Amino acid sequence: MTRETNQAYFFVAPAFTLVTLLALVPLIAVVWMSLRRVMPVFGIDRWASFANFAHLFSDSRFWSSLETTLYFAVVAVTLEIALGLGIALLLHRSFRGRGLARTAVLIPWALPTVVAARMWEWIYNPDFGIMNYLLQKLSLTSGPVSWLGDPFWAIHAAILADAWKTTPFAALILLAGLAAIPPDLARAARVDGAGSFRVFFEITLPLLRPALVVTALFRFLDSFRVFDAIYVLTGGGPANTTETLAVYIYKVVFQTLRFGYGSAIAVTMFLLAGAASVLIVGLAGRGAFGVREG
Amino acid sequence: MTFRRLGWTAALLAALGFLLAPPAWQLITSLKPQEELGSLPPLLPEQPTLAQYRSVFEGRPFGRYVVNSAIVATLTMTLAIAFGAPAAYALARLPLRGSGFLLFGFLVVAMFPPIAIVSPLYLGIRAVGLRDTWWALVAADTTFALPLTIWILSTFFREIPRDLIRAARVDGATVGQAFFFVALPAAAPGIAAAAILAFVFAWNEFLFALIFTSSPAAQTVPVGIALFPGLNEMPWGEIAAASLMASAPVLLLILVFQRRIVQGLTAGAVKE
Repeated sequence: MTRETNQAYFFVAPAFTLVTLLALVPLIAVVWMSLRRVMPVFGIDRWASFANFAHLFSDSRFWSSLETTLYFAVVAVTLEIALGLGIALLLHRSFRGRGLARTAVLIPWALPTVVAARMWEWIYNPDFGIMNYLLQKLSLTSGPVSWLGDPFWAIHAAILADAWKTTPFAALILLAGLAAIPPDLARAARVDGAGSFRVFFEITLPLLRPALVVTALFRFLDSFRVFDAIYVLTGGGPANTTETLAVYIYKVVFQTLRFGYGSAIAVTMFLLAGAASVLIVGLAGRGAFGVREG
Repeated sequence: MTFRRLGWTAALLAALGFLLAPPAWQLITSLKPQEELGSLPPLLPEQPTLAQYRSVFEGRPFGRYVVNSAIVATLTMTLAIAFGAPAAYALARLPLRGSGFLLFGFLVVAMFPPIAIVSPLYLGIRAVGLRDTWWALVAADTTFALPLTIWILSTFFREIPRDLIRAARVDGATVGQAFFFVALPAAAPGIAAAAILAFVFAWNEFLFALIFTSSPAAQTVPVGIALFPGLNEMPWGEIAAASLMASAPVLLLILVFQRRIVQGLTAGAVKE
């Protein structure tokens, strides 16, 4: 048995070393840099203690990007789960062409985010975009709306584009969750006279909770780090109203070259993501993540 | 009953419409000549043309971007599987203390924000002279593709009956042989799923590609499309054509391997 254990370490060692080198070491480096003033182009690299973190408190742009990120993540994830659950329920029934429909659902998920963002940018185009054309045709808006130029609409336009792209992921996880529910339970309830709504709310939904928690967690962590969609669609504008934490860090580090301060925001972001994960799993109850015994 | 079925069908069509309309619109846009892009209606191209597809390649190294993307994605996928498969097997099927903890650690790495580690990675890559090379992107992409691969594959390895491996061991196979000749073939569908997901991830990756490259030597397709010249007039037709060409490989993969991809995506997320 000890021989096998030794061999097991040998199997894991390459991957472990690589991940340590590429993820763990940089992570430690970020924490180290967050305590320093680092500006490589000017040859500055000196101890700064908690000055970077102290600066966070007075940096209104940090707070507004945090607020934008949280708003984006919460609204997007809610939308994705609602739409994803709907689509999962539709695909859970057996019908002709189900395989084809499932493939079609995968398409938005598979596209590069940059491509998806460009698609929506063109749809939102104020002059030649189809969004304004259709809305005016249906008399829902009186004139062209500048979807990405208006501070109110820009963030919501970005949320819609993101939800469009990631709803398939939510739908597929929830579909797998639905498939894992024994059909006999719903059947028995129906025999006992329960209607569709009661079956859904009292049987399907509670049994789907683990899948819902997993979807919410994965989707939240993914939206919390959103960069591509915002960078391409709005670049953080107008007037920084769509600037998320990831976009702000990118600008701090690679446009103003403040590596130390950028690292401090990164460390804060990392801790917040961890805290949010604990909160989501904790709030929604345990058991969703139990590693299967095999 | 039929009324109800009609409702379901309508809802399904609406959902599919919502998901497919944007790429469909992109396809229509890509087939319009330049003059028709500035007016609606008509919705459909009056004189459909492939001119936009041709001009994507004119004056910019789009072909080079595609080659870069293909190489980076293939190398990332290969590394992720080569390193990930043995690790996932050990975590799922070999006596290893703390395997649950390790697996969780890998998942944490896969989910944490890339932007959080991008600055030290950038400084490290610059220090070893790998900036603007494929290897910079392969290394960075593997950071996330490898943990994801391990997480997915461990669920597939866990589905292989222990007796199958035990029988091979009793017959005199070493641990390595049991892995290579018994477990690996049995998990082939899972390997395919994980490989495709790693490929798609690296093909679509944007943040690292944007930061670690600075010239067509290593720039990938997403960077090319994000940085399309937009000084005065955005070339919307060309962007649409380039977008579709950039998506073609991943679309082809999902058309062929739809079932596997779904298996991979949902592996480990749902207990069965």
